[in-house]
Amino acid sequence: MSDAIEFNHLTKTFGDHTVLNALDFKIHEGKITTILGFSGAGKSTLLKHILGIHHPTSGQVKVLGQDLKNLDEGQMREFRTNFGMVFQYSALFDSMTNFDNVAFPMREFTKKSKSQIKEDVLSLMEQVGLDEHAWYKLPSEISGGMRKRVGLARGLALQPKVMLYDEPTTGLDPITTHMVDDLIRRTHAAGASLPMTSVIISHDIAATLRISDYIAFLELGQVVEHSSVEDFKKSTNPTIRKFLELST
Amino acid sequence: MVAIVKNGVSWVGASVLEVTPAIGRLVLYIFSTFFWFLKPPFRRTLFFEQMVFMGNKSLFIVLLTSSFSGMVFAYQIYLGFTAFSVDSFVGPIVAIAVCKELAPVFTGLVVAGRCGAAMAAQIGTMKVTEQVDALECMGVNSVQYLAVPRVFATVITMPMLCMIFMLIANLGSWVIGVKVLGIDPVMYFSKLSDFMNLPMIIEGLIKASFFGFLISIIGTYQGFAVKGGAEGVGRGTNMAVVWGMIMVLISDFFLTAILAKIL
Ligand SMILES: Nc1ncnc2c1ncn2[C@@H]1O[C@H](COP(=O)(O)OP(=O)(O)O)[C@@H](O)[C@H]1O
Ligand SMILES: [Mg+2]
Repeated sequence: MSDAIEFNHLTKTFGDHTVLNALDFKIHEGKITTILGFSGAGKSTLLKHILGIHHPTSGQVKVLGQDLKNLDEGQMREFRTNFGMVFQYSALFDSMTNFDNVAFPMREFTKKSKSQIKEDVLSLMEQVGLDEHAWYKLPSEISGGMRKRVGLARGLALQPKVMLYDEPTTGLDPITTHMVDDLIRRTHAAGASLPMTSVIISHDIAATLRISDYIAFLELGQVVEHSSVEDFKKSTNPTIRKFLELST
Repeated sequence: MVAIVKNGVSWVGASVLEVTPAIGRLVLYIFSTFFWFLKPPFRRTLFFEQMVFMGNKSLFIVLLTSSFSGMVFAYQIYLGFTAFSVDSFVGPIVAIAVCKELAPVFTGLVVAGRCGAAMAAQIGTMKVTEQVDALECMGVNSVQYLAVPRVFATVITMPMLCMIFMLIANLGSWVIGVKVLGIDPVMYFSKLSDFMNLPMIIEGLIKASFFGFLISIIGTYQGFAVKGGAEGVGRGTNMAVVWGMIMVLISDFFLTAILAKIL
């Protein structure tokens, strides 16, 4: 099995606070991997290393076979078009309509014609199940669940090889949570011909067990467990056991 | 006594240590806006949007401030001057004061309060709701996308607003002086043309443009510096207004001294 993302001895410190400590971890290509951990464990920090927004204090990050150290600022921006990112609160541009939000990456990074963009945006919004009446509204005028769909469509706009989700369901009601989980799975499956790699950050263990192929547990700056869902349930790590017990 | 001095010294030391990196960050930020201003693409649509936004936000208040300050200034000068029968000097005195000082400074204060605040609020909100992160994740530089159009639009729009201020304030002065207080209109205009000159107007416009630069740099910088939720946005907005206004007033003094040498 090949790896989409590799962290080799990754260390990240902010001032004298070590967040990631010689972390070694590989994310398998074409699978859904969830990174679990407590708040402040450094999950978002890890994600930002994949995007090249944070740079390692020491160690190496390889994404799609590319050592990010070798990319300059401009190349890194270009490289980011390989990713689709879905934010916790969707992070839609609130001055633009939902349509324009989804069209934004296409307008920035492709030379598609106006009509081509329109066609692609509409098909993406259909794919994520966004109601037609919401297409030309502002993000502030639709529900949180609908905004999630728009955020997902925007993340998919450039047909990314890697989808990244930062706590996609935190703060949502159970029904919307289910809807989003379903959407993530379907998106992953729909992109399976590419094949698409999905990385989810979460502390919602129930959802994680439901949708992931692999689970990594982040603690004290290291990945202390990385296994398939079945093996993860049998983990003997005391913190993971506690995590599992508390949430079932 | 020694303790007081010691405390004083350590307070000054601590303040310097606190302020120095802040200034360093601001200077770096100014350089990065210049850098991203020079780098393509230039976002024309965003630039024009910002100009329209600024006009909408501040034109009415500029009209209001300029007409009333022109009128009240003319009235006060008249009250002082009429005793010596030199009331025809109302025109040029008001014109000089308005063009060189009142127009750029008042416009600056209005724009700092309206637009500097709005910039900090908009960018700050985008910061706390991760919209700035979203831009960066998509490979769009947030300084180029958010700051450059705002700064450039303010630098261009401020002199336009200032020009309007000059016109309206002088019109107000003329209405009060000639129409209400009965200064001889021929005298009013002859004195006005004796003393008015182009460098005065240019001085005002240069000042306005420079104030626009300061206000928008501070406004956008405070926006990007916002941390922690809605409260942080409120704090950033407040800082943008306060520092915007302070910097307009302080830099006005130095600009006056410099421009007096040049023009
Ligand atoms: N830009 C930063 N500067 C300083 N400290 C940071 C920064 N980003 C994150 N941290 C710190 O790193 C730790 C991990 O943060 P984060 O990765 O956001 O955790 P998680 O997403 O797992 O909740 C936290 O203690 C946070 O304060
Ligand atoms: Mg996080």
